[in-house]
Amino acid sequence: MSTTATTPAAPTPAPRPGATPTPAPARALSPARTLATATRVLRQLRHDPRTIALLVLIPCVLLVLLRYVFDGSPRTFDSIGASLLGIFPLITMFLVTSIATLRERTSGTLERLLAMPLGKGDVIAGYALAFGALAIVQSALATGLALWLLGLDVTGSPWLLLLVALLDALLGTALGLFVSAFAASEFQAVQFMPAVIFPQLLLCGLFTPRDAMHPALEAVSDVLPMSYAVDGMNEVLRHTDMTATFVRDVLVVAGCALLVLCLGAATLRRRTA
Amino acid sequence: MMINSARPPDPTSAPLPTSAPHPDSAPHPDPALRADALTVTRGPRTVLRGLRFTVPRGQITGLLGPSGCGKSTLMRSIVGTQAKVSGTLDVLGHPAGHPALRTRVGYVTQAPSVYDDLSVRQNLDYFAAVLSPASPAAARRADVDRVLAEVDLATHADALAGNLSGGQRNRVSLAVALLGTPELLVLDEPTVGLDPVLRRDLWTLFHRLADRGATLLISSHVMDEAERCHRLLLMREGEILADDTPDALRERTGADTVEAAFLHLVDEAAARTGHSTEPTAQRTEGAKETTTR
Repeated sequence: MSTTATTPAAPTPAPRPGATPTPAPARALSPARTLATATRVLRQLRHDPRTIALLVLIPCVLLVLLRYVFDGSPRTFDSIGASLLGIFPLITMFLVTSIATLRERTSGTLERLLAMPLGKGDVIAGYALAFGALAIVQSALATGLALWLLGLDVTGSPWLLLLVALLDALLGTALGLFVSAFAASEFQAVQFMPAVIFPQLLLCGLFTPRDAMHPALEAVSDVLPMSYAVDGMNEVLRHTDMTATFVRDVLVVAGCALLVLCLGAATLRRRTA
Repeated sequence: MMINSARPPDPTSAPLPTSAPHPDSAPHPDPALRADALTVTRGPRTVLRGLRFTVPRGQITGLLGPSGCGKSTLMRSIVGTQAKVSGTLDVLGHPAGHPALRTRVGYVTQAPSVYDDLSVRQNLDYFAAVLSPASPAAARRADVDRVLAEVDLATHADALAGNLSGGQRNRVSLAVALLGTPELLVLDEPTVGLDPVLRRDLWTLFHRLADRGATLLISSHVMDEAERCHRLLLMREGEILADDTPDALRERTGADTVEAAFLHLVDEAAARTGHSTEPTAQRTEGAKETTTR
């Protein structure tokens, strides 16, 4: 900031009656403010029941659809179904978060919040917490439906599926927060979906095993986080207990989510042109 | 239009800022705002050009000037959300944007910045929690009730902000700024688009806040609101044309109204710099000052 102070350590003004705000320092992350932000985001969603219904029901409907598309080959449904359980939360949370934060930027509420004692970390963590909670509901329903009604055959624990799904949702939230900084309108924000998500979808091993791709593409898929999300799901599908590969996959997805969340926090500026 | 009942008590008799407008509070030695060589650039344009002014505490200072003259940019600089600010700008004894100011300054943007998909009370609850997360829930609730009453929205507390009229949403935005009783209120065109009765009520509220010791900086491009301020900063094209009381301004220019005084000063400035007062491309270019990007 180029504003220079000429009044060093000005004496604190004598408090006037009725004009004494409670001192509340702004830290990078304060649990109370983060929680208040998460509650606020969830309250906003509660006023929009249709969005909640769409978020929760669409993955279920698509899974049912998929089950009968592969009616003749249940093995294919197992593999693609498990992968999709990880991909759905990523895509939906990406869309919801990018639009929600874009609105926050354009409506002026973000500017207002950052002029208040709210840390950037509070904003990011609040959103991650709220959409993470939503993702748990979404993933639990989709996973439960796939396992117990659609006969998805998984060797490992369904809890591990849920864990990967949750991390994927956080990754989606993180990516959404990050790209919303580069979108000036809802039109642009929605277009980031094919730009950021589709290439990962094509390269993550959903359509063809990654080692069967052109070596160059395989190398690219090695650095895309969704590849590890799908890998992790497939590990749970095939193995009874946590394999070293599964642990690696989970750590990579979690690490990416955290990294992109930090990048997202860096795009929040208190001072803008 | 002189419908206001809350005009300042004859400001000419009290030379400012040494005078104490409120007998119960001692005059404050340092001003609420002090700017010197304050310059702001936005892209290739210099929006504020070396401003120098002070704003005394406990008074209502009107920031007046045509659209696009830099009022909003100045206000954003004061609350610390404007980038590329150079020069000196002290707010309540701290450089503008200092973290210590974030609970002491209330700010209302031109467009209401509230969550349309939350009720009025839910909006206020959230901002109150951000301002003072440590204070007990009962105290926060009392604060929310107080600001609801102050902007006369108590009956609409449970309405969705998005369903309110434009003027009502403006008042929700104002109510947020009143939370926590800030020492300085920076209000960007708070009365624009409001009916005369509401405008009068809001100006009465502003005077009540000033009487309690708050400093208010209120922008407007409607000159008749100038009469309701203790002091005025007249702006044009990123510069301060005048910094005085309404009465002193009228006296100095021999005009009947602040509007006439303003036009007189514009002509005077134009004659000095030798350029025309005709609206030029340079003036129209100063489009609306949007807030965030």
